[in-house]
Amino acid sequence: MQNDLASSAIDYGKKPFWVQARPYLIMAPALLITVGILYPFVTAIYYSLTNYSFRTTTFRFVGLKNWIQMFSEPEFWHAILVTGKYAVASTGTEMLLGLGIALLLSRESKFTRILRVLLIFPLMIAPVIATIIWQLMINNSVGILEKFLNLFGVYDFPWASSAKTALLTATMIDVWVYAPFVVLLILAGLQSLPKSPFDAARIDGGSAWFTFRTLTLPMLKPFIYIALIFRLMASLQEFAIIFALTKGGPGNTLMNLSITGYTTGFAYLKFGESLPYVLVLWLIIFLISRKLVSRWLLVQQTATGN
Amino acid sequence: MMNMKIRQLSLSALRNALLSLYALFALFPIFWMILITFKSDAEMYTTTFQFHPTLYNYKEVLLRTDYFKAFLDNIIVSSGAVLVSILVGVPAAYALARYKFKGKEDLAFTILSFRFAPEILVILPLFMIYQALGIYDTYFGLIWVYQLITMPLLIWVVRGYFEDINVEIEQAAQLDGYPWYTVFLKILLPLIKPGLVAAGLLAFIFAWNSFTFPLLLSGFRIETVTVASLKYIASDTVHYGQMAVAATVAALPEVILALLIQRHLVRGLSFGAVKG
Repeated sequence: MQNDLASSAIDYGKKPFWVQARPYLIMAPALLITVGILYPFVTAIYYSLTNYSFRTTTFRFVGLKNWIQMFSEPEFWHAILVTGKYAVASTGTEMLLGLGIALLLSRESKFTRILRVLLIFPLMIAPVIATIIWQLMINNSVGILEKFLNLFGVYDFPWASSAKTALLTATMIDVWVYAPFVVLLILAGLQSLPKSPFDAARIDGGSAWFTFRTLTLPMLKPFIYIALIFRLMASLQEFAIIFALTKGGPGNTLMNLSITGYTTGFAYLKFGESLPYVLVLWLIIFLISRKLVSRWLLVQQTATGN
Repeated sequence: MMNMKIRQLSLSALRNALLSLYALFALFPIFWMILITFKSDAEMYTTTFQFHPTLYNYKEVLLRTDYFKAFLDNIIVSSGAVLVSILVGVPAAYALARYKFKGKEDLAFTILSFRFAPEILVILPLFMIYQALGIYDTYFGLIWVYQLITMPLLIWVVRGYFEDINVEIEQAAQLDGYPWYTVFLKILLPLIKPGLVAAGLLAFIFAWNSFTFPLLLSGFRIETVTVASLKYIASDTVHYGQMAVAATVAALPEVILALLIQRHLVRGLSFGAVKG
């Protein structure tokens, strides 16, 4: 966890200007480079009020037209729904599975030691590459999952090609890549827990479930929140897995806000109209992350008793 | 007594069974991918585990297409991005760790928020700006935009490593009359080196895995492996063996790098929030 910064900082308070300005000067290059990239963010708001298109060279100011049009578009509300469903399904599964696996892995044995290393592999593989790997698994002609399902009398399971199972397939890939992330963080949390409260609980004869609910879980909360924040923020804007799997299809089944913004801007070349979609996405992510980060700071205080 | 023993044994058997099931889910796809790389197209549909291994797919992908060039491009862009981030990010991390100044935490959180900005939102306007500046589809352009991936990671993780160093070490050196840059270069940098290397490698992995930026801000002269591998899905006459080779070659470097930085991984992945 973050240290108390004030106590470790050198106080350059009453010094000449150039000494006081030094931290800003040291940071300036880093800020210049990143702000140069962030400048587009400001222009994004401006261009969302124009009819800019990649097809023509001229454009004009159209006010809130793009925004009003987007809100009246059923596709927009569909995209919001898909964004939510994808984020909840994948993050939810990853959190539950991650917590479970971390608890199982927290016991010391040769098997758990090896598995703790091996499970890093999926996490390090690019989501696009992971999607390709899973294409080799789910493909009905060469994929081994088809042969496995055949054993149970299921033939030609549609996976990504049917509207009914596309979200399930995308979620499965997301979980494959990112569940280890949750496992690693919670495992680090479990290993940092103090021993004495657990010894006390065992002497008092508390049941395993009681110990978990009243001791383990509250002390793990800061770690759970960190994992949740990172996973939720990323899954709300997931692009790579869906793009590589179906480009948002079949039909519009997997068209979340990221994919819809991309399709409107780059496939239909309607630049001005695409921006409101991604600006709404940014707003959603910003509001949720602010809420979660302040919750995290709170539970961290409670858990560490500072 | 006997009952307890049986209960404990069956519990641990259940635990291992559940873990094995997860291990199968996590690792079998990787094994399957590597297996397919050695299969010829003819045996792809007819056999499962028994076949005549061949290196044909590797030759096709690495020698007959520009996939190897994409591999080199990926190395250039990713390591370029990490080097820039280290050069400007490490001093910034130091300033955030050691100086008290107005707006410090706001600055730190602004840098962190770059990580969470939707990539598509950044790309749409950047696409126009890059075209106007003539840096669309160039190494420079990609290395620049990759800073959004590598810089926040590096600054936040390295800041934590600086904070771990006892401030008295620095004060002692300063009392001895060494200027701040000597203290920084000769005393602090060697102390954080293991952490810095780990953070740099993790940043490299993140940059290597980047997909949306290279897909939309390059693609003709410069192509990364993430973008190049997609072509193997697209066509109707899919050569699954070559698809598997593309995925294997793209995945291998980062898996190896990850093994090198295991000890620092949790700290890096959580941007320093969890000191694993």
